[in-house]
Amino acid sequence: MQASDRFNINSQLEHLQAKYVGTGHADLNRFEWAVNIQRDSYASYIGHYPMLAYFAIAENESIGRERYNFMQRMLLPCGPPPERDEE
Amino acid sequence: MYLYSLTLQQATGIVCATNGNFIGGKTQEIIVARGKTLDLLRPDDAGKIQTIHSVEVFGVIRSLAQFRLTGSQKDYIVVGTDSGRIVILEYSKDRNCFDKVHQETFGKSGCRRIVPGQYLAVDPKGRAVMIAACEKQKLVYVLNRDTVARLTISSPLEAHKSHTITYSITGVDCGFDNPIFAAIELDYSEADQDPTGKAALYAQKHLTFYELDLGLNHVSRKWTEPIDNGANLLVTVPGGGDGPSGVLVCAENFVIYKNHGHPDVRAVIPRRADLHTDRGVLIVSAAMHRQKSMFFFLLQTEYGDIFKATLEHDGDRVSELKIKYFDTIPVTSAMCVLKTGFLFAASEFGNHALYQFRAIGDGDDVEASSATLMETEEGFQPLFFQPRGLKNLVRIDQIESLMSIMDMRVANLFEEETPQIFTLCGRGPRSSLRILRPGLAISEMAVSQLPGVPNAVWTVKKNVNDEFDAYIVVSFANATLVLSIGETVEEVSDSGFLDTTPSLAVSLLGDDSLMQVHPNGIRHIREDGRINEWKTPGKKTIVKVGSNRLQVVIALSGGELIYFEMDMTGQLMEVEKHEMPGDVACLDIAPVPEGRQRSRFLAVGSYDNTIRILSLDPDDCMQILSVQSVSSPPESLLLLEVQASVGGEDGADHPASVFLNAGLQNGVLFRTVVDMVTGQLSDTRSRFLGLRAPKLFSAIVRGRRAMLCLSSRPWLGYIHQGHFLLTPLSYETLEYAASFSSDQCAEGVVAVAGDALRVFTIERLGETFNETAIPLRYTPRKFVLQPKRKLLVIVESDHGAFTAEEREAARKECLEAAGMGENGNPNNVDQMENGGGGGDEEENEDTLSDEQYGYPKAESNKWASCIRILDPRTGNTTCLLELQDNEAAFSVCTVNFHDKEHGTLLAVGTAKGLQFWPKRSLTAGFIHIYRFVEEGKSLELLHKTQVEGVPLALCQFQGRLLAGIGSVLRLYDLGKRRLLRKCENKLFPNTIMSIHTYRDRIYVGDIQESFHYCKYRRDENQLYIFADDSVPRWLTASHHIDFDTMAGADKFGNIYFVRLPQDVSDEIEEDPTGGRIKWEQGKLNGAPNKVEEIVQFHVGDLVTCLQKASLIPGGGDCIIYGTVMGSLGALLAFTSREDVDFFSHLEMHMRQEHPPLCGRDHMAYRSAYFPVKDVIDGDLCEQYPTLPPDLQRKIADELDRTPGEILKKLEDVRNKII
Repeated sequence: MQASDRFNINSQLEHLQAKYVGTGHADLNRFEWAVNIQRDSYASYIGHYPMLAYFAIAENESIGRERYNFMQRMLLPCGPPPERDEE
Repeated sequence: MYLYSLTLQQATGIVCATNGNFIGGKTQEIIVARGKTLDLLRPDDAGKIQTIHSVEVFGVIRSLAQFRLTGSQKDYIVVGTDSGRIVILEYSKDRNCFDKVHQETFGKSGCRRIVPGQYLAVDPKGRAVMIAACEKQKLVYVLNRDTVARLTISSPLEAHKSHTITYSITGVDCGFDNPIFAAIELDYSEADQDPTGKAALYAQKHLTFYELDLGLNHVSRKWTEPIDNGANLLVTVPGGGDGPSGVLVCAENFVIYKNHGHPDVRAVIPRRADLHTDRGVLIVSAAMHRQKSMFFFLLQTEYGDIFKATLEHDGDRVSELKIKYFDTIPVTSAMCVLKTGFLFAASEFGNHALYQFRAIGDGDDVEASSATLMETEEGFQPLFFQPRGLKNLVRIDQIESLMSIMDMRVANLFEEETPQIFTLCGRGPRSSLRILRPGLAISEMAVSQLPGVPNAVWTVKKNVNDEFDAYIVVSFANATLVLSIGETVEEVSDSGFLDTTPSLAVSLLGDDSLMQVHPNGIRHIREDGRINEWKTPGKKTIVKVGSNRLQVVIALSGGELIYFEMDMTGQLMEVEKHEMPGDVACLDIAPVPEGRQRSRFLAVGSYDNTIRILSLDPDDCMQILSVQSVSSPPESLLLLEVQASVGGEDGADHPASVFLNAGLQNGVLFRTVVDMVTGQLSDTRSRFLGLRAPKLFSAIVRGRRAMLCLSSRPWLGYIHQGHFLLTPLSYETLEYAASFSSDQCAEGVVAVAGDALRVFTIERLGETFNETAIPLRYTPRKFVLQPKRKLLVIVESDHGAFTAEEREAARKECLEAAGMGENGNPNNVDQMENGGGGGDEEENEDTLSDEQYGYPKAESNKWASCIRILDPRTGNTTCLLELQDNEAAFSVCTVNFHDKEHGTLLAVGTAKGLQFWPKRSLTAGFIHIYRFVEEGKSLELLHKTQVEGVPLALCQFQGRLLAGIGSVLRLYDLGKRRLLRKCENKLFPNTIMSIHTYRDRIYVGDIQESFHYCKYRRDENQLYIFADDSVPRWLTASHHIDFDTMAGADKFGNIYFVRLPQDVSDEIEEDPTGGRIKWEQGKLNGAPNKVEEIVQFHVGDLVTCLQKASLIPGGGDCIIYGTVMGSLGALLAFTSREDVDFFSHLEMHMRQEHPPLCGRDHMAYRSAYFPVKDVIDGDLCEQYPTLPPDLQRKIADELDRTPGEILKKLEDVRNKII
């Protein structure tokens, strides 16, 4: 890689995408987008304790269990990915 | 509109807690994070938890960890927040505050997926700290000491792994080898790529050890191994000679001991016998206790059962892991075992508790062990146990927690001076109705009847060095009663006091002599029993007295003042006389300052509405130094030194100033600063206290002089954390009071009221509210007031719970099975009004209360619910209807149908078989209509109407009932057999969660899409939406402000106001079609008009209820809100532009000069989701008095004011709210 490549827009984007999980790109498909949104949401629920408590009241579970459930759902938030079109 | 936001009650729930020696020395303290505040707590000698310091950090605290550098005596705290920074704090004992030792930025702010802050782990030897995010990022900071023993922090070392979710991290104890951190990780990269779903199915959690090489300054993945897929929590096991090192991995149903190069040691967590087989058992909180020779872990499950885990080990080989049932306490978010033998349990919902260890679980209980673990074809063999009453723990204190406030109403049902706040709190069996009253709670120690109606009381010591008071002296209209304080309080006659006359003052004089002032003279009782009498000249009588230990001033009828001083020989000598222009209303002398001969000032109040300050200096004795005119004749005076603090444990460094307090006859307390040198008065403040003229007395609070003001209710003025607070006491009207100190009660008050003598102490200083709790059965959802009958109607429902009958049946079954049934009574008999037992209940005295034990879990589609009518005055439930057939109540309202004879009816919205997961579904929804019978004390079902969704919102409208059923707004009229549909609108986006009406407008709140303004046209019988909001708001609470304005709160912790622009509003009102034509045209699938956001503020806590109310008599309305974390706050509208300017400038300077403690930018925090608009943060402004004096002066200069003026402004605006 040449020194100038470091500064072109594509490599900057790639760098961003590598550094910040969830940064979008032009070829992002619907599934990937949804997965990112869901994971971000779950992470936000886990981070905001009042929100976690609010969910815990609705589902009548302990807050600890609720946190664990959200963590578990981060694995496959939108079900398995769609089949790739072989072109 | 500009608003001033002020938190009235700090959040009471606890997010996380840690314990250690933060002050330094031998004591153990607990630091708790309550969402956005950080509190330092300490159990005192009596086992009561005291708050030593509390600070709001304007950020989200997510994790806390404590560490100690080797050889140090004091612990530091690391705080993980949403600031994208790591913050290390140290508690400073001298200044009573947290000092920021380090603050290092590593990422963006906000609770994000890959920005660390969610988890914290410290090396047990305090050499490094790891801070991690939910996903990918982990940073390690090396902690060290520089040459002057200050803590240093390195630049971060990365231990990232992308596509990996982190469940828990902890530091591994490996002595002084390189620090190691353990993490539970789950890699999702393959699952994201595999369309068959197989990879996700086989996704495996790993336990990974990260080693920090201190020599190379580098972090490496040292070891990783698959672990049980239910793993959720790691607990450090002591190492380095004290134990085998390694970690305990808590997983669903199992606890596994793991270490590098060690085989797994697995034990099963015992299950409750009545637990459904589908459900796992998850450890939600853990605490470790270690002594020199042993250590054990307390692990609490999501059902509240605590297990004691112990390891059998030989060196670093673990041979057995034992898990033994310990006790059951309410589910906690954090537990702390203190070295002094206490367990602090921070409950998830409801009150927190402090327990004392009675035993450490050596008794005979169900025990699971790794040695007896059986593996069968279906998996590991489970082990069962029955929860029982507390055996190893005993509760010695609790801290009230309102978490979670579900609904709230401010009303004056009890016809007291100030309104009460009725809050529905808590969840499941721990839920309650709490009635909050502004004021401090008191605890009454004794009440005794006296032979007559007393008019005054004093306490007096025999010697200045005595710790406790010797006598209580009570004065009647024509006699004086002397009581001596000892083991008991009894009347004595050998005290030397004259008992045939009323007294005007009784006090200690000099070091060891007593003085009694009566209308005809002064009686000076020397220590050896000699009595000196000074008689009034002629027919004059003494009317008022002011005295301290060395000086006495008396006022004779006619207005003559005579000043006495004590000379070197202990004689009381007349020094000076002074003629006042008229009768003296009251007078006071400040106590003799330390190291001085006399106090310099005498304050005299006259009936001509003036207060004069006179000098007592020999040079200018009885010269008038200053005059202050007041609005009404003063009744009582008190010179009080408000010394916010000179350091120590309470308050910030602050210069002392003497305040002259005057209780005026119109009920106002007037306070003004006295210049110590010139005696000039300045900086006056006044506050209305009650309908009677306040009488002022000095009392001792936390070792400092405080002020008791007795008006139509008692008030206490005292210093709390650097603030001077004037707070009402929740007690009856008192006549006269004095401070009281004895063996049994160090800082009490003795007071007279009516013909009784009362001794009480003041509890929990610093709290704004005191509460009365009435237990409820299920999670309360909503309630309505019946103001006329003063009754509350509460709907309660619990998800995944058994109904009372099912629990009753299960209990009977259990009793039969267990014979006598010594343990495992799943029902709280006291709470069960329909308790069918009767006879056998007395034998069951150690029955477990549901509050402690929790309800047994049912399948997720089962509901238990009830409707309750409660008399808040007595706390009695007059009617309790348990709903049948899996129905759950969600909404309630009272409704008067216009053409029916029934009067007020009750409408309750219910859902049958509601399920949230995997998809929201229900069997049916219903609206029940009840008639009140027996004067509103009972209910009778009129009929119920089936609807297609959950009726989450009900409201009366023009003699009909409006119901929000899913996304449909429908108008019902009352029929004979059911409700009759009259009109509906199906155009709401998601689910209607609130309906408010005003005139012909209907304000509908949608669960995701904010407010919709609707109109009902009677002629066309049509409901239509004429305006909506352009912002998607996930509403959690709403309140109607005025014709065009609504206040709402969303799920992300914001409060906002929307208003329909005036011209649009006018247009709609003038339009004969009411904007219908425009509506029919539509606009981008929405309403033709949009409301505008006029106020926006991030509270930082999920607001569940809003109300417009006034908490003080004659005060303006403010918006009161309650939150999930159990805090209450208020938003007050400013009335003048000047105030807005002042406070916005103060806020600006505070932001600059005093950035929040945990590194979050204040403005960014208050604008976390939407930019803050037109709200001034009073909580930040109120931190002004905690600043160092020079900084205070600097800010004051910039504002062209003095610090005193700023403090006064702050006090004034607070007094407008509460």
